[in-house]
Amino acid sequence: MTSTTDTALPTPAPTLDVARIRADFPILGEQVNGRPLIYLDSAATSQKPQQVLQAEYDFLTHANAAVHRGAHTLAADATDLFEDARTTVAGFVGAPAEQLVWVSGATMGLNLLAYAFGNATAGRGAPASARFALKPGDEIVTTAIEHHANLIPWQELAARTGAVLRHIPAHADGTLDLDAAASIIGPRTRVVAFTHVSNVLGIINPVDQLIALAREVGAVTVMDACQSAPHLPLDLPALGVDFAVFSGHKMLGPYGVGGLYGRAEMLDALPPFLTGGSMITTVTLDTAEYLPAPQRFEAGTQPVGPAIGLAAAVRYLEDVGLDAIHAHEKALAARMREGLADIPGIRLLGDAEGSERVGLWAFDVEGVHAHDAGQFLDDRGIAVRVGHHCAAPLHRQYGVTASVRASAALYNTADEIDELVDAVRGIRAYFGVES
Amino acid sequence: MSDLDTLYRELILDHSKHPQHFGLADEDGVHATSHQVNPTCGDEITLRARVESDGDTIRDVTWEGSGCSISQASASMLSDLAVGLTRTEARELIDGFREALRSRGQMELDEDVYGDAAALTGVSKFSARVKCAMLAWVALEDALARA
Repeated sequence: MTSTTDTALPTPAPTLDVARIRADFPILGEQVNGRPLIYLDSAATSQKPQQVLQAEYDFLTHANAAVHRGAHTLAADATDLFEDARTTVAGFVGAPAEQLVWVSGATMGLNLLAYAFGNATAGRGAPASARFALKPGDEIVTTAIEHHANLIPWQELAARTGAVLRHIPAHADGTLDLDAAASIIGPRTRVVAFTHVSNVLGIINPVDQLIALAREVGAVTVMDACQSAPHLPLDLPALGVDFAVFSGHKMLGPYGVGGLYGRAEMLDALPPFLTGGSMITTVTLDTAEYLPAPQRFEAGTQPVGPAIGLAAAVRYLEDVGLDAIHAHEKALAARMREGLADIPGIRLLGDAEGSERVGLWAFDVEGVHAHDAGQFLDDRGIAVRVGHHCAAPLHRQYGVTASVRASAALYNTADEIDELVDAVRGIRAYFGVES
Repeated sequence: MSDLDTLYRELILDHSKHPQHFGLADEDGVHATSHQVNPTCGDEITLRARVESDGDTIRDVTWEGSGCSISQASASMLSDLAVGLTRTEARELIDGFREALRSRGQMELDEDVYGDAAALTGVSKFSARVKCAMLAWVALEDALARA
């Protein structure tokens, strides 16, 4: 253990009562391989507090019915709870309810946008939809650090429309090259899609600057907020981004639900992607007219229970306080960095001097494959992610196919970080790699 | 022995550090090459099987790639083991290996049949690692089907 140097290590802000928080997460009491679970894989999926499970249970045992149809009491109760959940989750990102579309997750939200832009290109939608239409030679700009979910939908859209996909490069320290961004984002740019926080690097990107560059040329901005929504206070309207997506299961919520935020004029102009029931006004055998946003984008049965669970999750985050959560996780990240950076053969990815961060680090263990390193940690009850974390191009830039990623959340403790660091110190010796 | 030690037997670490038959042989005679990727971690293998002029006996198996110690050791062990087998024998070997690895610790690999590769028995308790161990075996199966 590292107790001798404890006083020198960054200690999380005392404002967070982690012991009380942990009591709300039953799974954190599990044993793994005979050791207490140390869950450091929240960037992949967070654990869910009792309050979220209870909210879904209460809905299913007291109010479950089909929403937005039927006139019976349960149907009305269910519709109220579902729409209240929308108001709560929209409010969590600073938006009014009608600017929040339910999606199954960020991947669905990004595909919805890419396919809706494609539909606009095909001439579908209202006259205002033409603003999203792409023609050969138009440019879609992403970055070199995106999760595949914010890359492949744009590759496909470019291939369908003849638009050109360009990438803002990243410096070796993981920060985006803003000079390059300023020269890449130009008169041909129609869409700029970027992540708020990379799921590999943990660096909070200067997204306000990207939005400003895109605004100057009239490009539509799309932000992946998956790794920021659970960790930072967000005010999307104040940020000025046109669209943003987040996944419920990464922010203490259930699987199968997430949010797509859009500025009002953007959502109003956007043609639908999925069509069918619940998104129409009048239908004939040959044509249909559509409801306004957000219903226009919510064809078919919605994840009602999970949406209500997600509302409970964001209430939980708000009750603890996003500023306190960020301060806590920032201190955990700093503690992790100090411990890991000292270990011979450990290379941190995205170790940018002075960058603002969330509580995650990905690292390479020289001479040991990430899978083997992760197996060693698992034997000590420590759950981390190994692999390319759905960001293969970024790993290629660092000259590795895979890395180990430890990601913290509000329920992690400084002691757990010390256990991780202590365990990582033993990896290379176990696999017989000279240090 | 801890579960971790049954996974990472000395033999496995030896093979992964000193892989056998690493480096692809020339493309001559009856041969085929298979490229396999483990999509969760991006590990890759390119494996080439060459068949004797009788069209049935495996002349040699060579490979290159990168991956975890389990996948590298498994490829090394397999390429030792496969030389001289007929197509049918190889198929039976691969089927038996797959069955044991998917058994969640219920089946053991016979050392008389599998040689060094019997040390991979412990992998079957770690379902997340079965794909790592299978990578080269799937590549050989694919290559033989096309050679």
